[in-house]
Amino acid sequence: MTREEILNELKSVFAPYTTNKEMLANINDQTDLITDLKINSANLVDIIIDAEAKYNIEIDYDSADKMINVGSCIDVISEKLNQK
Amino acid sequence: MGKRVVVTGMGVVSPNGIGLPAFLDSLKNGRSGIRFVPLYEELQMSCHVAGVPEFEWDSLKNYLSEVSFHGLKGTNIAYGITAALDAWADSGMSFDTDEPHWDTGCVFGNSAPDSDATKNVINKVDNKEVKKLGSRIVEQTMNSGVTSFISGRLGLGNRVVTNSTACATGTQAILMGYEYIQSGLAKRMLVGSGEHIDTYIFGTFDSMRVLSRKFNDQPERASRPMSASSGGFIPGSGAAALILEDLDFALARGARIYAEVLGGAANSGGQRNGGTMTAPNPAGVIRCISDAIASAGIDPAEIDLVSGHLTATMADRQEIQSWSNALGRSGKDFPLINSVKSMIGHCLSAAGSIESVACILQLIHGFVHPNINLEDPNPEILKIIDEGCIPTSMIKKDINLVAKANFGFGDVNACLLFAKYLKE
Repeated sequence: MTREEILNELKSVFAPYTTNKEMLANINDQTDLITDLKINSANLVDIIIDAEAKYNIEIDYDSADKMINVGSCIDVISEKLNQK
Repeated sequence: MGKRVVVTGMGVVSPNGIGLPAFLDSLKNGRSGIRFVPLYEELQMSCHVAGVPEFEWDSLKNYLSEVSFHGLKGTNIAYGITAALDAWADSGMSFDTDEPHWDTGCVFGNSAPDSDATKNVINKVDNKEVKKLGSRIVEQTMNSGVTSFISGRLGLGNRVVTNSTACATGTQAILMGYEYIQSGLAKRMLVGSGEHIDTYIFGTFDSMRVLSRKFNDQPERASRPMSASSGGFIPGSGAAALILEDLDFALARGARIYAEVLGGAANSGGQRNGGTMTAPNPAGVIRCISDAIASAGIDPAEIDLVSGHLTATMADRQEIQSWSNALGRSGKDFPLINSVKSMIGHCLSAAGSIESVACILQLIHGFVHPNINLEDPNPEILKIIDEGCIPTSMIKKDINLVAKANFGFGDVNACLLFAKYLKE
């Protein structure tokens, strides 16, 4: 799965947690989940749970802590997918 | 003398109508909201009927942001938000504010968070899946979930309280809001209560054998307050909210005024002298009603209508006796009396607020709603008050003063007096 494919899929994972739809449509590696997408920090855990279910992977605490922007989310998901 | 407190907005989610127009129409026409619930029969409950609002979950999208809506599962919270936001809109207030409304607070009660939500937690924890619970569970399993959603959506900046006194919860919430405004601590209070009787809460009452089981095949006839054939209450779900305001504050913004809260009282019978965990001490009930009357500074002879607690159990007769003693009125001299529960069942924590909305609608629109299913009035009750005091069809009549009371498990009581607003 390419980084671009994951990025496009992440849009649907983030969708329920952001009202900033314009920003969501144009996310890139640098897009910050909290400052750019205005996602409530408490909801980051829900995004992790949703990503785990979507990709059938397990995201440990240390990896989850790294998921602050779109690029780092893709890094973690790619890594976990490759370990499968 | 404290400040005068008036009602400027109302919202309701009732088994027989969601929103003021539908609820008003049902009250006038004696329409029941009691329905057969197949699951209760399947689960071998004794009672198979309940008061269930015809609530459409997606209607919440009109009240909450997409982010708040996503992941919300608590029905109790859904009912509470709907009633509260409808009341806010009805009072003419705007939803948009960057600064909190520092002068506006909230007292909104419930008996328990949804046990369905709690069941989800128990199942996931026991299955070693705690990591899958997510961030939206605490807000829906904490008892203050409803007030948190309401105050957050509206930006309320004064006191925000979740109260709980069983079946007296709604009445007490209104009383507490009234007292805050009267004493000058707030200018406006959103008050009310909600209740979602899910399977598990229903089961606990069913097990006590206090629910009606004789009319399972005729749901609309099942709730029969003051009847010889009443065999227990019918649980109901819903919510209602009222916007209370300091009179001068309301007048200054040109608010429409529905009614005035003239006074009220709350107490406990101390579970002494006939009072128990489940039955009220009559002396406590009488004192509560008398204290409410004294606080309103009215003569009991002026009361046009009593909106009773009257759940359709053995306790109805004693309640009528207590009203009669407290008001010093009996026979044909007793005020008109009705029970909304004949149409919607006993909405427990939500009862006091839904029934208070009914009281105010009767004040505004000049009518007394019927007691439906009163085919065989309890002869013991007719020894205390005249049959003519218990209308079985709607009466068109100017109503100026209504007494509303509710009594709850734990031997707790609350009584309110609502009056037409008169300029002085």
